[in-house]
Amino acid sequence: MKKGISYTQAFGTVLKRDLQIAIRHRGDIFNPLLFFVLVVTLFPLAIGPEPQVLTRVAPGIIWVAALLASMLSLERLFKADYVDGSLEQMLLSPQPLPLMVLAKVLAHWILTGVPLILVAPLLAVLLHLDSNSYGALIATLALGTPVLSLLGAIGVALTVGLHKGGVLLSLLILPLYIPVLIFATSAIDAAGLNLPYDGQLAIIGAMLIGSLTLAPFAIGASLRVSTN
Amino acid sequence: MWKWLHSYADPERAYKLSSNLLPWFATLAIAFIGIGTIWGLGFAPTDYQQGDSYRIIFIHVPAASMSMAAYMAMATCSFIGLVWQIKSADWAAASIAPIGAVITFIALITGSTWGKPMWGAWWVWDARLTSELVLLFLYLGIISLYASFEDKVLAARASGILALVGVINIPIIKYSVDWWSSLHQPSTIRITEKSTMSTDMLYPLLINIVGFGLMIAAITIVRFRSEILARNGMRPWVRELAKAEGVK
Repeated sequence: MKKGISYTQAFGTVLKRDLQIAIRHRGDIFNPLLFFVLVVTLFPLAIGPEPQVLTRVAPGIIWVAALLASMLSLERLFKADYVDGSLEQMLLSPQPLPLMVLAKVLAHWILTGVPLILVAPLLAVLLHLDSNSYGALIATLALGTPVLSLLGAIGVALTVGLHKGGVLLSLLILPLYIPVLIFATSAIDAAGLNLPYDGQLAIIGAMLIGSLTLAPFAIGASLRVSTN
Repeated sequence: MWKWLHSYADPERAYKLSSNLLPWFATLAIAFIGIGTIWGLGFAPTDYQQGDSYRIIFIHVPAASMSMAAYMAMATCSFIGLVWQIKSADWAAASIAPIGAVITFIALITGSTWGKPMWGAWWVWDARLTSELVLLFLYLGIISLYASFEDKVLAARASGILALVGVINIPIIKYSVDWWSSLHQPSTIRITEKSTMSTDMLYPLLINIVGFGLMIAAITIVRFRSEILARNGMRPWVRELAKAEGVK
């Protein structure tokens, strides 16, 4: 059988399509970001505004909020495509499914992960984070949020066919997020104490490489189960 | 080489085999756990540092190690079910999951009752405890994913994928005490070299670990049998069985 288009073209087409759809529904990009900012603002109100306390808890707050925002935005990753049938067309197409899934996840990360990284320094300032841990915060978010998108996509792919997927999704993917959270916050804490944190970064990087290579296959298999 | 195994993919033969195996596993499990627990709680020497409160080790360690073993068994079954499309493997995975969750819960509860007199706290957020808690969440996620599909063939496949993804947590639990400086003590049982534990404490512990394994196997067989019957309710052999048992 002759292949119509190359892998690169297929990847590019899916990526471009998903970005275009999202840009035409701008709320989908801004709502998770707004949620992220709002959750972070709740903490100083709840814990109290003392700078010392906030400095101590800032890495955790930012990362937990990022985790929740990423989970919230994940729901729409496959839902619309599942409802209008384009997901099934992707499954039927001769292009490898993991490749297209990877393009979709990359698009999702560009739309939700990157804005998160861009707005994080601002929140760090508001939360009185130590100035020497800014680098660690950005680095962990840059390495960690793609892992969140990739792992979360497995959970979304498993639950896309279900009607009551929302709560179940959090039960499925939050346990998988925990390792990222632990290493990211410990890296930021270490940076705050002027300790080396490249070990933690290396582990998050390893998680990124591992999920980048394996997760697309798991997502593809899950989508085949869900659409059946 | 594995040809003989294939015939057990047939639900009827799997059911008969598990019915034959059940009394063996059940009797051995009761015997092992009985001997191990009585020996451990009644006759093993008192620890010079921890006093008698260390004796919960005879429940805690078997439960904790078997919670991981049960997960691996479940993941193996899911893998077989996903790759070779053998339905009885899917049913086996589905029957192990709740048992594994309960065993994990027992490990956490006994661990925290042990932690209270030793560390002075019911719970500490340390790598071993947290990863074991994650294991519990994984089990619960798998169970609820399995429950939320109407079509149980799809349910088994979906939760199988999740179970395989979650395998990554097992080495993290196993080596958490070596990788991180932890309040939890490192493992004292060595397979290849001499264990760092006196033998009159070690033997009841090992007997209990084997006993817990046998117990999980026995309960899994019970659940596996009912899972087979539930999924094959329309088959003639199940109807005949029901008739023979006097069920309407």
